Amino acid sequence: MRMKTLLAGSVLMGLAASFVAPAIAEDSVYIQLPTYRTGPYAGSGIHIANGMSDYLAMINARDGGVNGVKIDFDECETGYDTQKGVECYEQAKAKNTLVFNPWSTGITLQVIPKSSVDKIPVLSMAYGLSAAADGNTFPWVFNPPDTYWDGLSAIIKYIGEQEGGMEGLKGKKIGYIFLDAGYGREPIPLLDNLAQKYGFEVLQYPVAGKEMQNQSSQWLSIRRDRPDYVVMWGWGAMNPTAIKEAVKNRFDMSKFIGVWWAGGDEDARAGGAGAKGYKSVSFNNVGADYPALQDIKKLVVDAGNSHTPADTIGENLYNRGVVNALYMVEAIRTAQEMTGKKVINAEDMRLGLENLKIDEARLEAIGLKGMIAPIEITCSNHSGHHPLFIQEWDGEKWTSATDWFSPLTEEVTPILMQASKDYATSNAPWPTRDDACPAN
Amino acid sequence: MFYREAGQYKTTYAADQQIFPIRQDRIGIGVILVLALLLPLVASEFMLSAIAIPFLILALATIGLNILTGYAGQLSLGTGAFMGVGAYSCYKLVTIFPEVNVIVHILLSGVFAAAAGVVFGLPSLRIKGLYLAVTTLAAQFFLEWCFIRISWLYNYNASGAIEVPGREFFGTLVTGPAAGGISRYYVVLAIVVVMTLLIKNLIRGRIGRQWMMIRDMDIAAELMGVRPLVAKLSAFAVSSYVCGVAGAMFVFFYLGAAEPAVFSITLSFQVLFMAIIGGLGSLVGSFFGAAFIWILPILMRVGLPALGVDIAAETVFQVAQMVIGALIIFFLIVEPHGLARLWAIGKEKLRVWPFPYA
Repeated sequence: MRMKTLLAGSVLMGLAASFVAPAIAEDSVYIQLPTYRTGPYAGSGIHIANGMSDYLAMINARDGGVNGVKIDFDECETGYDTQKGVECYEQAKAKNTLVFNPWSTGITLQVIPKSSVDKIPVLSMAYGLSAAADGNTFPWVFNPPDTYWDGLSAIIKYIGEQEGGMEGLKGKKIGYIFLDAGYGREPIPLLDNLAQKYGFEVLQYPVAGKEMQNQSSQWLSIRRDRPDYVVMWGWGAMNPTAIKEAVKNRFDMSKFIGVWWAGGDEDARAGGAGAKGYKSVSFNNVGADYPALQDIKKLVVDAGNSHTPADTIGENLYNRGVVNALYMVEAIRTAQEMTGKKVINAEDMRLGLENLKIDEARLEAIGLKGMIAPIEITCSNHSGHHPLFIQEWDGEKWTSATDWFSPLTEEVTPILMQASKDYATSNAPWPTRDDACPAN
Repeated sequence: MFYREAGQYKTTYAADQQIFPIRQDRIGIGVILVLALLLPLVASEFMLSAIAIPFLILALATIGLNILTGYAGQLSLGTGAFMGVGAYSCYKLVTIFPEVNVIVHILLSGVFAAAAGVVFGLPSLRIKGLYLAVTTLAAQFFLEWCFIRISWLYNYNASGAIEVPGREFFGTLVTGPAAGGISRYYVVLAIVVVMTLLIKNLIRGRIGRQWMMIRDMDIAAELMGVRPLVAKLSAFAVSSYVCGVAGAMFVFFYLGAAEPAVFSITLSFQVLFMAIIGGLGSLVGSFFGAAFIWILPILMRVGLPALGVDIAAETVFQVAQMVIGALIIFFLIVEPHGLARLWAIGKEKLRVWPFPYA
């Protein structure tokens, strides 16, 4: 009797089988974009999703794809939920996606072990597992342009500069308010390391995922502890809430610095006039004056092929979505050049990502000169520890507060290598690279 | 007409007391089991990994909750946390004793979940109904806090997540990223079928009847000699054991790695809805409920675009959510006792067909 359910189940499954058969047209490559336009993280996720799909649509409309190969893409709604993320991954695998962009640290952690088995590269742009920058251990995972640890070290370096040099950090109190999940906890080992080295004190203020929109107790503690600076690792609804609370508690906004994911325009706007001076580290400039973004506006948004409200083009998170799509397109181009094939597969895509090099000249040709720093990914270094800058909210938009500067790579590299070794041992037998990286 | 037991005489007690006394049921079960065994021949990797495996595991979790809520009448909102206890203890066992077979670990991990269930079940001796639901809610939050805060549980990983290492079962890789969908499916199917059979017998026997007496009227049960302490705590123990095994399987055979957020209150509610939609106090209902809540949304999300309905991913997602919500309301209005009751009514009708009544 119980098993009759299974019969019903099998019939339904049979229906499912007929749906998932992919149809591959001539001369196109498929990329699935896992996105979240619903749920508590949608406030950040929508802009990212818009940026990614608009750029790919623009490449298809303007250039007819990459060297004539159309990019066939669709979105898979994850809602930032790991269960749905795994489902999207299975769907992407069934449809032979070139690359998987999880857009969630939790989903990234889940797909990292699978990626080397299924031979699908994972592009986790500036999120996910910091240790994955070690290309020798993680041949299928990429986290350019910087890891979380680079981001944190850049923030500490910036704070040091404000205090007149790294020795000025001695005796300071730095508060760390973070989303209490894999994402927010990732930087803590490095933070403790740096605290020891430079003699500052770290005060931790975890924010539970379901309490994101109620941070009064954390901010009361911050008010009591009076840290000299507060560093934030937030995402989704956590960011505007934290900024509102900081304004309410009259925390000096110029001493409140977020990671790049805590730098959405809507996040800062939530704080009203009081949010002026809030800072976040970033790897892409804002603004819609870049030729490529104008092309998006003309060919995609004004043509009515997008959900994007025209005034959000050029906002921080939108541009970041564009950067993610840019990496994918350039990696496809690189892979085409390297393999001589027009229609590449996921393994070629990995090769393309591993040899990705976008220099100033290339950025100019793309029409995004000045938006990002030139990047280079190598076989052994899948992140690159590229220069970053600090941006400041002027009450209406983000402006650059500093020039591009390098993170504290020499601090990050040793613990990064250690972490990647630990990961491989604790997940033994961890697959080794089939093609060794050239020594450099 | 087709479904009539007339002429099937029972000449022994054993024949009269078997699980499926009606021949048509036995044939049906046999056919379904054969179909389930043959499924990997026709199913794609996506169907096995993203639909069939989680469906079976969640059905088992629903059975676990059904024991407690459906059969013993103790409302619980802590299912997600008990599944988490199973998953984390299985992870610890696998890393501490790597040489022991992973299936043994999975079955053992339920014992830890059972212990946690008994501890949090103690208040049930004094409080009932919604008040008990609140104490199990406390278990949910406390255990979830433990998964986040006690780094020993995840071996001090920087990421705070547990990752499943590759393990073999009779020479075939069944866990870890390299394990194929087919081998994982068969292991899951075997565990779920065997455990369902065991639970079915437990419920038909003395212990199950005690649970149902406690559910229907605890004072009367006590007067007839049922010890509430034993009956309630055994229900918590068995229920948490099954949930723990399901949780361990959820991570080891489906997700592959898990953050504490996987075992949040959302999972507890998901399983509770499966139990309610399927029908409280019914094993077949657990499978119906799991299919309804897990498979239907996936079919809608995958199916609508494939049928040529060109809508955005998030719209499909929201439409699926709305349709599921509407269907839940519809089914609960049509039949408050869940899909299992509809199934039973259907069988009654089939029995007397073509006449309206016997």
